[in-house]
Amino acid sequence: MIEFHDVCKRYATGQEALNKVSFSVEEREIVFLTGHSGAGKSTLMKLIMLMEKPTSGEVMIAGRNLGRLGSSHVPYHRRQVGAVFQNHQLLFDRSVFENVALPLQICGIHHRDVARRVRAALDKVGLLSKENALPISLSGGEQQRVGIARAVVNKPPVLLADEPTGNLDPELSAEIMELFRQFSEVGVTVMIASHDIELIKRMNRRVLTLEGGQLTHDGAMW
Amino acid sequence: MSKKTQGAKMSPAKNASKDLANQRGAVQSQTPFGQKFKSWRQHHRISAVSSLLRLLGMPLQTIMTSLVVAIALALPTTLFIAINNVQSLGDSWDASPKISVYLHTRAREAAIEGFQKELSDRADVKSVEYISPKEALASFQTMAGFGNALDLLEQNPLPPTLVVTPSAQAATPAGLAALGQSMSKSALVESVDMDMDWVRRLREIMVLGKKIVTILASLLGLGVLLALGNSIRLAIESRRDEIVIVKLVGGTNGFVRRPFLYTGAWYGFFGGALAVLLVELGHQSLAESVASLAAAYQSSFALAGLSLFDNLSLLAVSTFLGLFSAWLAVGKHLNEIEPT
Repeated sequence: MIEFHDVCKRYATGQEALNKVSFSVEEREIVFLTGHSGAGKSTLMKLIMLMEKPTSGEVMIAGRNLGRLGSSHVPYHRRQVGAVFQNHQLLFDRSVFENVALPLQICGIHHRDVARRVRAALDKVGLLSKENALPISLSGGEQQRVGIARAVVNKPPVLLADEPTGNLDPELSAEIMELFRQFSEVGVTVMIASHDIELIKRMNRRVLTLEGGQLTHDGAMW
Repeated sequence: MSKKTQGAKMSPAKNASKDLANQRGAVQSQTPFGQKFKSWRQHHRISAVSSLLRLLGMPLQTIMTSLVVAIALALPTTLFIAINNVQSLGDSWDASPKISVYLHTRAREAAIEGFQKELSDRADVKSVEYISPKEALASFQTMAGFGNALDLLEQNPLPPTLVVTPSAQAATPAGLAALGQSMSKSALVESVDMDMDWVRRLREIMVLGKKIVTILASLLGLGVLLALGNSIRLAIESRRDEIVIVKLVGGTNGFVRRPFLYTGAWYGFFGGALAVLLVELGHQSLAESVASLAAAYQSSFALAGLSLFDNLSLLAVSTFLGLFSAWLAVGKHLNEIEPT
């Protein structure tokens, strides 16, 4: 589902963010992406989101070479990739409901179905009672979960999560991870960037480790 | 996107979780074209309403911007109306050109009668009306307060006058010139005054005036484009975060653009409506004075304003102008905003 072939990314500043990174993630797989900050995790995710383009090499998502996508196809590609951002990226002048509804409205889903699917997603993350709240009135963890609901509401085949448990207590983190596990069971490919070694250990999944832009480890952690 | 469209009709939440699990899959659900079109229309409606609410939410800025548009449109419109009125005034003379033939004051009645008959027999003359000095004086006295001034005169200074209406064939500039020339050869004739001359000059001036107004209107239209473009640019800037997020979750440029296009169209519409109002106010305030002035000249001329069609056209033009300036501004600024 996600394939990287010798991907290099050098920024205009000369910083080499990724160096010859190759790996392949199958459908329904959950992988963790670890590494120190600046190791290239964010760059890797930005390449999948088409927020950046590789300097060389190929990124393939669902068999499609992203390098060959014209700019008019970028929005349609992004609809296939649900993303949970570290800084949440919520609209603070809209209710929780409207934030989660955004991807569906963008896809042109009829508003009757929008309501049903938004409720389903909010229920999943345990925020159904907060649908009319403004994000500003929510805790960091709740905002994170709104971001997760928004990422999955459109049933994307790929889910990216950048530090999704960064603001959550261990109990909530475990719940979120359980959520990701459920998503993968119904066919979603999940990639999670995380520092939380304990959590990664507990999940016992495949781990990709980046160091200085190079992939130094690929496989089960222990 | 707007709070209005989301709301009441929702399925029970209990089934929601099951729903999500059932629907989830690696394959994105496909939406049939008919439904896509429906939701495209839905987003248009939402964009139109939400951008309108946004504008109404900041009334001061909306009024200021709309006033700029209104003044820029009302000015050339008023000038156009003025020119059209003056032209219609000219045209009403133009329709029946008359030549005033002033005779020597000492011309004898018999001679004048003979000359009048001679003229009436000409093929290029339709009718000849004789106004004696006495009649002319009488009509002057009833008009426009000349009465007292004329009383001061010891003798009637007005010449006997023949008002010649040329036949339809002769009512061309060349035909009139020829007629006038041949009449002025008569010993009885002091001078020939062709009403046509000033009508023709007036018409030339009006053509020039229209050109000037067109240029002015284009410049002001350009000003509207720039002013509205700037307002739209500010609107885009203030919603930068939102644009980034919409693009991140897969919003197309069209989706992002739409609310701003509606914002521009609304500015244009409000500006146009205010312009209609301004022009109508100007018309109302002048119409009475013009009517009494026209009455003083024994004319039934009434100041024409804008017809319903003109008003609707003005609205349409200004709405389009707003849309167009938004389109330009959005095209320039929206591509600069990309998620990083």
